[in-house]
Amino acid sequence: MQFRLVPDETKIRFMRMRFIAMAVSGLLMLGSLVALFYPGLNFGIDFQGGILMEVRTPGAADLGTMRGELNQLGLGEIGIQEFGQETDVLIRIARQEGDEEAQQQAVIAVQNALADLYGDEISYRRTEFVGPKVSEELLQAGVMAISLALVSVLVYIWFRFEWQYGVGAIVALVHDVLLTIGLFAVTGLEVNLTTVAAVLTIVGYSLNDTVVIFDRVRENLRRYRTMPIPDLLDTSVNETLARTLMTSLTTLLALFALYFFGGEVIKGFTLALIWGVIIGTYSTVYIATPILLQLDLRAIGAKAEAKGGADKGPAIEGPGPARRGKAEG
Amino acid sequence: MKALQPWKIWLVIVVLVGAIIAALPNVFARDTVEAWPDWLPKNQINLGLDLQGGSHLLLEVEVDTVIEERLEDLVSEVRLALRRERIGYRGLGVRDGMVRFTLTDPAQAPLARAQLDEMNPLLPTDMFGIGGGREFTIEDQGQGQGRLAIGFSEEGRAERVRAAVNQSLEVVRRRIDELGTREPTIQRQGEDRILVQVPGERDPSNIKELLGRTARLTFHMVDMDASLADAEAGRLPPGTMLVPSTDPDDGVSAWVVQRRAELSGENLVDAQPSFQDNQPVVSFRFDNTGARRFASLTQQHTGELFAIVLDNEVISAPRIREPILGGSGIISGNFTTESANQLAILLRAGALPAPLTILEERSVGPDLGADSIAAGQTASVIGIILVGVFMALYYGRFGLIADIALISNLILILAALSLLQATLTLPGIAGIVLTIGMAVDANVLIFERIREEMRAGRTPLAAIETGFSQAMRTIIDANVTTLIAVLLLFEFGSGPVKGFAVTLAVGILTSLFTATLVTRLCVLLWYRRARPARLPL
Repeated sequence: MQFRLVPDETKIRFMRMRFIAMAVSGLLMLGSLVALFYPGLNFGIDFQGGILMEVRTPGAADLGTMRGELNQLGLGEIGIQEFGQETDVLIRIARQEGDEEAQQQAVIAVQNALADLYGDEISYRRTEFVGPKVSEELLQAGVMAISLALVSVLVYIWFRFEWQYGVGAIVALVHDVLLTIGLFAVTGLEVNLTTVAAVLTIVGYSLNDTVVIFDRVRENLRRYRTMPIPDLLDTSVNETLARTLMTSLTTLLALFALYFFGGEVIKGFTLALIWGVIIGTYSTVYIATPILLQLDLRAIGAKAEAKGGADKGPAIEGPGPARRGKAEG
Repeated sequence: MKALQPWKIWLVIVVLVGAIIAALPNVFARDTVEAWPDWLPKNQINLGLDLQGGSHLLLEVEVDTVIEERLEDLVSEVRLALRRERIGYRGLGVRDGMVRFTLTDPAQAPLARAQLDEMNPLLPTDMFGIGGGREFTIEDQGQGQGRLAIGFSEEGRAERVRAAVNQSLEVVRRRIDELGTREPTIQRQGEDRILVQVPGERDPSNIKELLGRTARLTFHMVDMDASLADAEAGRLPPGTMLVPSTDPDDGVSAWVVQRRAELSGENLVDAQPSFQDNQPVVSFRFDNTGARRFASLTQQHTGELFAIVLDNEVISAPRIREPILGGSGIISGNFTTESANQLAILLRAGALPAPLTILEERSVGPDLGADSIAAGQTASVIGIILVGVFMALYYGRFGLIADIALISNLILILAALSLLQATLTLPGIAGIVLTIGMAVDANVLIFERIREEMRAGRTPLAAIETGFSQAMRTIIDANVTTLIAVLLLFEFGSGPVKGFAVTLAVGILTSLFTATLVTRLCVLLWYRRARPARLPL
């Protein structure tokens, strides 16, 4: 009853596709950069300040009436949309001129207006207000977290492998982060605190994938000393292909469950993760690995070997599976 | 079979049984768990405000107000001191954050400085005797012209701010406690911020109202001779001020009262809402000092009016009909039952040293929280079933073993979260679901490796052994990178996002345990019984 996602031994020439892949990725990255300015990111209240309310009305909400009523308050731009079901409405109020006190006044004004419309029968499921001071700090912290994540994983890869691998990994990561941000820009999905969480998770996931293939490349470098590098990279990707697809699939299964059943509040977050898993898997195979082609892998392998090797640990430890002698307990 | 060491089997059994016991309280209602015998763990997972409903408020103490007020006080002190010593001065006042004045006779500068030095308080020292500078710096500006400027020293200002924030924290805590809500969190954040988290409060406006007032209560004598019309035209008798009235029964829009407060809220020991002639009022009691002063005040001024001033508004201006000697009294004003109750709370809790600004507010109603929990549970169960079935279909018997590891992993996560008393948020649930998908990765790596080793012509047992040990290195490398990202998320994330980081980190660590020990044990136990010539992988 078992099945295979891919045949046991595949010999797909991934490296041959690298120019096409790089062209496609280049275009997508360029597109993401452009989208960053036009249409630009749709920042939520976390990073822009403002007010967000989720209310439940007694019956199906009449968005038109509500919009008319709230727009009379003169609070600037007010976004009103159905949220999950027809009784639930999400109200967004842009950051008000003035200090924190002015924002609080706006909350009260909206609550009063809604009370006029619905009386006691309206329930406030969620009220969020972020003042200008905090939103600035949150944005800084978010940018800081993502930059630090990229730097520290670069350092880790450098430390565990050689710098060439670090370059491959970081280019793939920048690719993933950029395309994720591009997705937010193109779809107009709200960018908020959970977006930062999503991006960092994608960084972790994509790297996880990359590390698995790099591990295999390192192992094969010792195993097939004379094999041309393009073939060796292809072999490595092929050997780990079943695992790559399998893990992506199980993660996607879990994420789809979350997307369809996890509730309205985290839909955007889940969507970003789904996208991230797909491009993370792609970038490992078509971005991170081909970059190793441009860098002289064999030289570093030889250098490490020449040093006689207790220094880099796993980089030179143990023979490949076919020749392996001892088993660890 | 050297890999099947007994201690490993016992370790797995002990950890799993322990985890089941630790996770058990989460399956039952809180009340049921409370009734359990003491030797059983009772910790349930802490639900974040987004799941159980509640309010999160980030407040800022307006420390500038405290600083300004202190400087204004200093002006009066300086004035008194200079007059006492008959030192001539002009232009005394606060400008650019400093108290400034010019001596009429610059030759008196040393005398003036001596006076100022005397009223420059020494700061408290810490336990190592460090600190203890002066609160103010005194500068002589403009050589020999007698232009003096007094400002806060760096430590002086820091000490003021620290004291004001500490006092605010205390007052906020007392006010929130008066609400009687369960387990509120009140913490200082950074230099001048206070984080208030109150679970289960349906309407945050209640809390906001309670925290939105400084509640500074003072008692002043009303200047009976001054005319309101003159005062409103800006002609106030010296030493008086014009204060607006909120009580329509007064019949006037404002009162002219003595600047000097006879008594203040600090002298109160109790305040309670009550009724007088069917009108809501607030009754209060003074402490000993307050009672004595109140007694002599009412004796001296019988028949006159005094004003009860709250946050620069006269809430009541009653006539003293007879001396009040018992030290208690009643504030009647334009109250509803609710506002009388609120004022009583505020008076009991004391005044804030400075107003609070709300920087951030996030409140979630309990019904949305309940919906989120239900959605999270559904998604988790469906996620587990999908992944579990997929693994079983793909890897057969080994897939079932991976499923055992998956379920152990889930139990371990729940146990760890309960023991650590970590807070589970909605993104945290997403973290668990994500872990379900990612945790099987370790098993996938191992199984794929075993398949490869078999294709390379190894015997089943050798394939298993090599598969595990070879995959292990990759598993650790791959998970460390994810952990790095997660740690940063914890460091820079706030609230719910922190919850995501916690569950993801816990999930990664527990999946390392289940993949290496639980899976390995199951595979070897199965192999010992079945002894297949070919692995069904």
